[in-house]
Amino acid sequence: MLRSLLPALSLALVVIAIAWLNPRAISYFGFTLMLNLAIPIALATIAQMFVIAGNELDLSIGTFVGFVGCVTATWLKDAPLLGVIILVGAIGVYALLGALIHLRNLPSIVVTLGMSFVWQGLAILVLPKPGGKAPDWLLSLMAFKPPYIPFPIIAALVIAAVVHFGLMRTSYGVILRGSGGNPAALRRAGWSLLRTKITLFALTGLFGVLSGMALIGITTSADANIGNGYTLLAIAGVILGGGEFVGGRVSPIGAVLGALTLALAASPLLTFMHIPPDWQVAANGAILIIVLAARVLISRRER
Amino acid sequence: MKKLLVLSAMAAMLASGTAMADTSGKKIAFSNNYAGNSWRQAMLDSYAIVTKKAVEDKIVAAADIFTTADKEVPTQAAQVQNLILQGYDAIVINAGSPDALNGAVKQACDAGIVVVSFDGIVTEPCAYRVVVDFKDMGRQEVEQMAKFQPKGGNLLEIRGLAGTSIDDAIHAGILEGVAAHPQFKIVGSVTGDWDQTTAQKAVATILPSLPDIVGVVDQGGDGYGAAQAFAAAGKPRPTIIMGNRQDELKWWKEQKDKDGYQTWSASIAPGVSSLAFWVAQQVLDGRTDIPHDLLVPYLAFTQDDFEAALPKIKEGGVATHEYTQEDALAAIKANIK
Repeated sequence: MLRSLLPALSLALVVIAIAWLNPRAISYFGFTLMLNLAIPIALATIAQMFVIAGNELDLSIGTFVGFVGCVTATWLKDAPLLGVIILVGAIGVYALLGALIHLRNLPSIVVTLGMSFVWQGLAILVLPKPGGKAPDWLLSLMAFKPPYIPFPIIAALVIAAVVHFGLMRTSYGVILRGSGGNPAALRRAGWSLLRTKITLFALTGLFGVLSGMALIGITTSADANIGNGYTLLAIAGVILGGGEFVGGRVSPIGAVLGALTLALAASPLLTFMHIPPDWQVAANGAILIIVLAARVLISRRER
Repeated sequence: MKKLLVLSAMAAMLASGTAMADTSGKKIAFSNNYAGNSWRQAMLDSYAIVTKKAVEDKIVAAADIFTTADKEVPTQAAQVQNLILQGYDAIVINAGSPDALNGAVKQACDAGIVVVSFDGIVTEPCAYRVVVDFKDMGRQEVEQMAKFQPKGGNLLEIRGLAGTSIDDAIHAGILEGVAAHPQFKIVGSVTGDWDQTTAQKAVATILPSLPDIVGVVDQGGDGYGAAQAFAAAGKPRPTIIMGNRQDELKWWKEQKDKDGYQTWSASIAPGVSSLAFWVAQQVLDGRTDIPHDLLVPYLAFTQDDFEAALPKIKEGGVATHEYTQEDALAAIKANIK
């Protein structure tokens, strides 16, 4: 029980700390500003969660998000049809990677590490110099200001609800998680593990695309290196949200909460703490270690 | 109660509106995306020295420095948004990307915050940009080279960090200079990343394949590494343009003492951060005549004056120049035509 509450608890703790340090941040305007960059992180975390559900790891999600960002800021604006084809094609590449990893029995870490350089290279090809511009519809979507509840919170709720329903409440969702939990049993029951792996990787690609588009909708302009930090953030978000590296044990709601916690702990909390500049970088690392260590300690005690 | 608050807030606004030339209640934040080399350290030092005094003199209320933990652009965008929430009146920024921070910078402008970028500038029109004329610096390198090597010959170019606007501008300037002095020919080009070790490795790798080199044109932070590479390869010492780093100037002095070696040194002064601070202060002061693009000169040393500057530079540091408010006013004035 404590385990499933932990992601929500750590998020609440970080929000309380921020409220104490800077009450002004706890407002409609404040949450909109603090959390809007958490949306792409949450989407990248969900993307990572799908491969982790299948006992794999994706080390290329960060540069993939960067590549999607570059395509979004260039082709998706100037030639929408071509842009859509490229992005759908990119998801297709992810599906193929899933098939390759399954059929050749390759370690996903090696394959995706290699792919991370491919995506990075493609991103620099698309956008050799920082620039480009997000399509107008994307800009207005990300700048949407609904009444009462800030947009990032609504977006987080929708992402969590949709993925939770799909992965935790549908029968094929059970199969997908089962492919990580007990692949042998699934195979004996007649399910195609190739199909589940392809589906999981394609979903990773899909959410990676959404993440890249959301990111460019906020920053308005792209940079080939813009997503590089997301690889590790996404993995940390999944683990913080109660996921495990093996066994198909993941939680979409937890992953979204984990991503929000990381986004808040890393930047707003740090900025509001007024740490001397020489120590800021180390303090950021310390916060992450504390948050993740608390999660590990509590889940270990439960065992 | 609420009405009273609103009224007092309005009164405060009116008061600050009438009291021109008073920024003593204003808070200025510095958003920095990287602190990991000697230039950036000198930049932070200069900023801290100047702003500490400004706070003590009650010119501004606060001038805090924020450095992001990684070099990632989204982290800095989030940082800018947090600074908006913190209620700063101005943000001085050395940006990780000229374009990808525009969203956050626009949000800051919309919240009534003055944004002044320098070194790593932002292209969002509402922000101010303190720019060094890097192109002219590149051109000047070849001009100076023509003085030391009037007969001309082969040049080796050392480039900076690939994909940055600074590298682009200096390179363009060097090409212009070579076009104006056709006796020079660039026969090789390596990437030195503004770092002595990287430059030394890169130069050492390309040297065996090159004809005789009379001069090295570079971007600063790479001259000493190039000199080491030439020495290690047993090649004759060319005229190497320096970049104001302490190790470079020290090497220059050693060579000069030995046989009267001549060269020239130039780089952007890290203290330009303090100029950006004063620009922000002046805008907060109510000045509306400041152009959004301010061009400032680079810092150069010649054969005659570099030895005087050398003792003032920290071991492993960079020559710098801290701007006083008067210096800043003069620099701004030079840009108003």
